[in-house]
Amino acid sequence: MFAFTFMRHAFVASTFIALTCGVIGVFVVARQLSFLAHMLSEIGFAGAAFGAFLGISPLIGMLLFTLASSLLISSLSVERVQRESTISAVSSLFIGSGILFLALANQSSSYATDILFGSIVGISQSGVWQLVVLSLVVLLTIWLIFRPLQFDSFDSVGAKANGVHSRVIGIIFLILLAMSVSVGAQIVGSMLVFILLTLPASIAKALGHSMKQLLLISVAAALFGVWLGLWLGYLTNWPVTFFIALIEVICYMLALLVQKRRNG
Amino acid sequence: MTDPILKVTDLAMSFGEKTVFKNLNFTIDAGEKLALIGHNGAGKSTLVKLLIGLTHPTAGTITRIPLPGHERLRIGYVPQFRNLDADAPLSVASFVALNVGLSWRPWLSHQEKERVTQVLEQTQLTQIKDRPITLTSGGERQRAYLAQALLADPDLLILDEATASMDVDAKVQMMALVDTIVTQQKMALVFVSHDLELTARYTDRYLLISNQQLLTGSSKEVNADSLKGVRL
Ligand SMILES: Nc1ncnc2c1ncn2[C@@H]1O[C@H](COP(=O)(O)OP(=O)(O)OP(=O)(O)O)[C@@H](O)[C@H]1O
Ligand SMILES: [Mg+2]
Repeated sequence: MFAFTFMRHAFVASTFIALTCGVIGVFVVARQLSFLAHMLSEIGFAGAAFGAFLGISPLIGMLLFTLASSLLISSLSVERVQRESTISAVSSLFIGSGILFLALANQSSSYATDILFGSIVGISQSGVWQLVVLSLVVLLTIWLIFRPLQFDSFDSVGAKANGVHSRVIGIIFLILLAMSVSVGAQIVGSMLVFILLTLPASIAKALGHSMKQLLLISVAAALFGVWLGLWLGYLTNWPVTFFIALIEVICYMLALLVQKRRNG
Repeated sequence: MTDPILKVTDLAMSFGEKTVFKNLNFTIDAGEKLALIGHNGAGKSTLVKLLIGLTHPTAGTITRIPLPGHERLRIGYVPQFRNLDADAPLSVASFVALNVGLSWRPWLSHQEKERVTQVLEQTQLTQIKDRPITLTSGGERQRAYLAQALLADPDLLILDEATASMDVDAKVQMMALVDTIVTQQKMALVFVSHDLELTARYTDRYLLISNQQLLTGSSKEVNADSLKGVRL
């Protein structure tokens, strides 16, 4: 299958997305930010559509929207945003405005499905490079703040008691999350990014008991889903996103079963 | 040892209109064992948070004096309340290791691993170090919190109601453990509690917050009589 250039691009792109989402996802799940990852992907969709409307690159539009809302959310405090029951209504508004922007920009509806569900086959060389560079920036930043980030994510009270600057760490993490969502969504669609941010890390949470195990299991589950999904998509010509979602959900179910048997 | 490590002068704290306490003056000496007592809402936890610098006072100053040869006063603090997820994944050992300190390295160095092992041994957690923290008993969990605080190698250890949810035997066991560690490593101790038997047994001096003021005396003398007229 690697005889085709687009498959090679798809392979490299999805590998980097799986790596980034696998790592970031561990912290997303520990900090209970799944709802935010979901919201950011919807906001990202609106941003991309806004980009199309203005005639700028959809990636810039996405980054603009997701970063701005991350900063807004951290100034309100994540806890408050999560408690707010109107939040899902607000994020639906973003989907709505995204559709409006697309209509005004005279873009075809396939453009919308591309942003939402990805278009693995349409990844350009420069798109792959963009993704690789931004993934590396995200991973490197995680590396640099790893210790305070893990403390704050797994025991926020203890972290504060021991002098971790929780607020700063929280803001940096939201920015990284916004970047990962935008970059990933740009290439594989916001749906798939959301799946990869939450399910592999949840699988890891069910099975692992140390940081090392959590990170390894999460990245492994993300890579397994992406690679197998890509191959199945190639064989059947069905949407890759469907296969990846299916694989991750099955793995998650299995992980829950294992966890249940272990804990008796 | 009578070097002061903490000096509090004219300390006052209010939340909006509500004054918790004012004009507190006291010092804590190196190696001293103190009880911090007072009724619910007297301001014990508030005072502790001020001492470690987690919040800032309305008025007054707190001076933390490093021990000779140290850069700063190291404080180990076990907060009164935690908010761990019911299904948090980390094992006891990984949970304790969260406080291993800063480094560019995400993974633990050989030395850091040794220190974690040592602290787990010290707090009698070696046997259950691989168990998820959420599957441990209340007493074991308090020991894990203690171990996490000890990993900072503190000169002053502050326990905010670390024994509150324990049965009588577990309380005494926990405090005997704390006492051994604190004495061995010459730490100062601030033990926040409502249990006057425990404070009499394991601390030398009490600080009592009552009616926004601070009273102090020998821990042995705290009993119902000496506290007459004082709400505890
Ligand atoms: N962040 C805050 N904002 C407003 N009021 C506060 C805040 N923190 C504490 N208080 C108030 O300050 C007072 C002292 O609270 P604190 O938690 O220090 O009491 P405590 O002595 O530790 O009580 P307990 O024995 O129940 O733990 C209480 O009346 C509390 O309601
Ligand atoms: Mg308290």
